[in-house]
Amino acid sequence: MFPPRSQRILLAVLAASALLSAFSGRLNPYFLDVALGAGISVVLASSLNLINGFTGQFSLGHAGFMAVGAYASAMLTTTLAPRLGLSANLLQWGFFPLSLVAGGLLAALAGIAVGAPSLRLKGDYLAIVTLGFGEIIKVVLQNVDAVGASRGLTGIPSHTNLFWVFGSAAVTVYVVWGLLNSTYGRGFLAVADDEVAAEAMGLNTTRYKITAFVVGAFFAGVAGGLYAHLKGYLNPGGFSFDKSIEIVVMVILGGMGRHSGVVVAALLLTVLTESLRQTGAFRMIVYSVLLIVLMLTRPQGLFVWPLWSKKEGRP
Amino acid sequence: MSGPLLQLSGVTIRFGGLTAVSSVDADVREGELAGLIGPNGAGKTTVFNMITGVYQPTEGAISFGGRPTAGLKPYRITELGIARTFQNIRLFPSLTVFDNVRVAFHLHLDHDSVHSLTRGPKFQAEEVQLRERTRELLSIFRLERVQDEPAKSLSYGDQRRLEIIRALATRPRLLLLDEPAAGMNPTEKDELMKLIRFIRDRFGLAILLVEHDMKVVMGICERIHVLEYGRKIAEGTPSEIRGDPKVIAAYLGEEPVKES
Repeated sequence: MFPPRSQRILLAVLAASALLSAFSGRLNPYFLDVALGAGISVVLASSLNLINGFTGQFSLGHAGFMAVGAYASAMLTTTLAPRLGLSANLLQWGFFPLSLVAGGLLAALAGIAVGAPSLRLKGDYLAIVTLGFGEIIKVVLQNVDAVGASRGLTGIPSHTNLFWVFGSAAVTVYVVWGLLNSTYGRGFLAVADDEVAAEAMGLNTTRYKITAFVVGAFFAGVAGGLYAHLKGYLNPGGFSFDKSIEIVVMVILGGMGRHSGVVVAALLLTVLTESLRQTGAFRMIVYSVLLIVLMLTRPQGLFVWPLWSKKEGRP
Repeated sequence: MSGPLLQLSGVTIRFGGLTAVSSVDADVREGELAGLIGPNGAGKTTVFNMITGVYQPTEGAISFGGRPTAGLKPYRITELGIARTFQNIRLFPSLTVFDNVRVAFHLHLDHDSVHSLTRGPKFQAEEVQLRERTRELLSIFRLERVQDEPAKSLSYGDQRRLEIIRALATRPRLLLLDEPAAGMNPTEKDELMKLIRFIRDRFGLAILLVEHDMKVVMGICERIHVLEYGRKIAEGTPSEIRGDPKVIAAYLGEEPVKES
């Protein structure tokens, strides 16, 4: 049977990123760096959108999950990979994606560990627990010598390229979209809308929330792995509370629980922070003012039009 | 099947020092239209919440179809075949009318998260079939014309009806309606009575109704249980209840005029 339209789009995007990746040598390295950063943001924002946007939970721990994935995959490529004696190609196209998945799985495990006990909490309370989790991860990383402690982890090979970044972004968006667009998946939205009613309709709300947390954390972990092998250097300070907030802002600006809006917001905000570098010391001030203006003028999200939302089945 | 569908025996619940419901015995038979009435604060909704697993009774036991329901979470109880509506409508406001009903088919799904990603032929076929059944349910209650509107945009009466449809989608054997007539005008109440009878006959299920409105309760219920201050004071057919002096004193009758 012919694959459904959503899967054909996924394949097309994967093919396009492979093609683009083959010519990435000819791109301006600065532009390439920004594009890769933007792609990683899409992975982060889309996965957080599943938790915060669609399932209505308020997580502030996304940077923590990202850190788990980043350190896990970086440890694999820096300590395990050299002993295997693989060729450079096999490292980038075989070992690296496996290490990304391993990082994702470890982050997903962290997602269960944080989610299972704390999902009985709602709103602000859950936000505080997840915030605490993110900080714990950071402090642990700062103190474990094996991962470089506060000096950071250096010498990570730069395996990240356009294909892995945009491929991961496409898979993330597909997974979140696919999960939501089924009768089963409508349950996530139902949990967000009214937990008591959802439970009364036979939905195991705890399971839905944990699923959202695990899938969200997995992709945050993958994004962390991509980030590690893009920058070549990891510093625990990079996974602080600010990073989580940055991702939350993308989700809010994209319009909580919109697939396309959040993707656009992730791309836009990454490019925006880059372009604001020219303003030097005023960068964060300009950024904050822009956010305030955006929130005042479009509190429902930047890219929410009736037409778009109809298509996505969410009024 | 022998024995009643739903059986409450000596059900008691205390919240701290307050005994909200005290050793209530009641039952609902297969296919019966039963009513639960009582003045404000008599504990009617609390009884509902215990039946549906929102609260656990402090003492006593509830069984459904011969199975004790103690300790089961609300979604497990829905799985056994009890569906409910809420006193203060609880739809999924941001979901469409269609999705409100569709999501309630959850219990009878063959697919889960993995199938939503692989989207194989079986998944597709099930989705088509579910859409068909959702549309069918909506059209029975003439709500298909608004199926793409968000549930929150419906009129009050339509929201009440949608809540009932959503509950029916779980394919219950017992439907609990918590004050379905609240806030309705006399014409809407007449329609509601017809609707409740229609649902019972068409879907062949038992209905337990909590209601304030005497006209509705007396008009459709075959058997009525009366609560006052958490205790059951009477049980019987509408005419028996109408003539019961205890019920009249508690609820139907007028307060004696106090003269100082």
